[in-house]
Amino acid sequence: MHGIDWVDVGLSVLKIAIVLGAMLNVTPIMVWVERRGSALIQDRPGPNRVGPFGLFQSFADAFKFILKEDMLPAKANKILYTIAPMFGLIPALTTIAVVPWGRPFTLPGGRLFEPIIANVNIGILLIFALASMGVYGIVMAGWASANKYSLFGGIRASAQMISYELSLTLAAVSVLLAAGSLSLTDVVWRQTGSFVLFNVIKLPAWNIFSPAMWMAFIVFFVSGFAETNRMPFDFAEADAELVAGYHTEYSSMKFALFFMSEYMAMATMSALVTTLFLGGWDIPWYTEPATWVGFALSVLSFVTKVSIILFIFVWVRWTIPRLKYDLLMKLGWKVFLPMAVVNIVIVALFIARGWL
Amino acid sequence: MSPALVVFLVIGTIAVASSILVVAMRNPVHSALFLLLTFLCVAILFVMKGAEFVGAVQVLVYAGGIMVLFLFVVMLINVRHLPDERVLSNFWKGGLLVGLAVFLLFFTMVRPGVFHDPVASDQALRTTYTYRHRKVHQPDGTVVRKLIRRGKVVGNSEAVGMALYTDYLVPFEVASLFLLVAMIGAIVIGKRELSAIEEENIPAYMLERSETEHEVKEAMSA
Repeated sequence: MHGIDWVDVGLSVLKIAIVLGAMLNVTPIMVWVERRGSALIQDRPGPNRVGPFGLFQSFADAFKFILKEDMLPAKANKILYTIAPMFGLIPALTTIAVVPWGRPFTLPGGRLFEPIIANVNIGILLIFALASMGVYGIVMAGWASANKYSLFGGIRASAQMISYELSLTLAAVSVLLAAGSLSLTDVVWRQTGSFVLFNVIKLPAWNIFSPAMWMAFIVFFVSGFAETNRMPFDFAEADAELVAGYHTEYSSMKFALFFMSEYMAMATMSALVTTLFLGGWDIPWYTEPATWVGFALSVLSFVTKVSIILFIFVWVRWTIPRLKYDLLMKLGWKVFLPMAVVNIVIVALFIARGWL
Repeated sequence: MSPALVVFLVIGTIAVASSILVVAMRNPVHSALFLLLTFLCVAILFVMKGAEFVGAVQVLVYAGGIMVLFLFVVMLINVRHLPDERVLSNFWKGGLLVGLAVFLLFFTMVRPGVFHDPVASDQALRTTYTYRHRKVHQPDGTVVRKLIRRGKVVGNSEAVGMALYTDYLVPFEVASLFLLVAMIGAIVIGKRELSAIEEENIPAYMLERSETEHEVKEAMSA
């Protein structure tokens, strides 16, 4: 191990600044995409007054949030009510640290630049550990609000997240088995290059195209919707049943923090789906040069993939209606959990036969 | 004083203080949240010792799974109807005695150690061992089969996996069997018999459930 000098520190700060900036800007952009996207799907114009294409609508919303009165319900638990939005935001912000977002390249000083904030060898475990903390924000908010609808939202969220975390983690296990490592960098490197299917089609070696892992992709992707509390599974807020669920009592910037953490969790989940199943920063049918050009192209590829997944999140929200609660539990425990376990066995068989 | 020692002292103090607050708090939800804080601090201590795998699993399983279930149950109980005049229960003398005994037990059993920086024990935590019989030529000309242990430095998670699935395989499997038994037991206890009137009024999917319940009970009694 070499020592750490000021260049390393500077590079780390730069990487953190880039990722943090991107994550903080996800929310206003995604709010705009969501509103315009829903308008597109419902055949209406959507917000188009503030700025070109209504692009500045999110900034207007942000100002509105800051200027609104911050209400505190009389019977609320003051401390928990205040820290709950922060507790929701921190896991959503930090999980992205172990996701690689570009191809490493050598800097002019002979130093290797790795586009990942923390290249730890338990990357995926860290993500799941932090993501499992995300439920506390919702549960605490629901309980501290001293409101029955909020409490129901919190209880539903905890039950739902525990159920779907299992299938989410087990689906990721298949990928990790195939990669033979818990580090997301290794997972991405394994998916570079391509393979030829049935001597006919040349496919990129992404896990989604692998005959052993497409099932894990379905489980992971759908469980991702449940973990981020997005539409077909948004039981924590379920506006038709629970007013607004866990954030019924919240207003002003505290509400905005919940809003932000939802979109950040969505972005993290998209980055995870991209990294685990869609080859991360890999560009299909193309070998990136190990220079800054390759780096820039790979970052572009990563951002494109994440954006597409994010749009699918929006698309699904405005297309598929909410499930019934018992169906949600049935789907999680009786369909996805067995599917994920079966997929692990399939991957293990493939590895034992030497096909992977 | 090294920075690691400062972090250890701060985190250790928070862990001990919050674990005391778990039992001292009146409101069960507050107790549960302080228990969560304790788990998180312990996870940090694990990471400081170079056992990042155990630290991550601690957060994932205890903080992310078990504590959420705790909170789930605690929130369902209506806290406002609990009697809160009484600070100590009737059994506080016995409880104090048991607590003291357990403390003495731990005090005598846990080896007193010296704080050292995390790097020192790093190598041992990352090493997996393979065992193999080897023929060894003795100095007097005889050949003896000897068990050779060979260590290989790999990742933290590999080391834990090797230890669990080789040296500690039987305890590991026994523990998983216990968990399975506990799970089946909880399911059997959790399902209740239905009366005749209820059975006429309930929807079909609940009847299906009671049928499987009967099957499970018959299987258990057989």
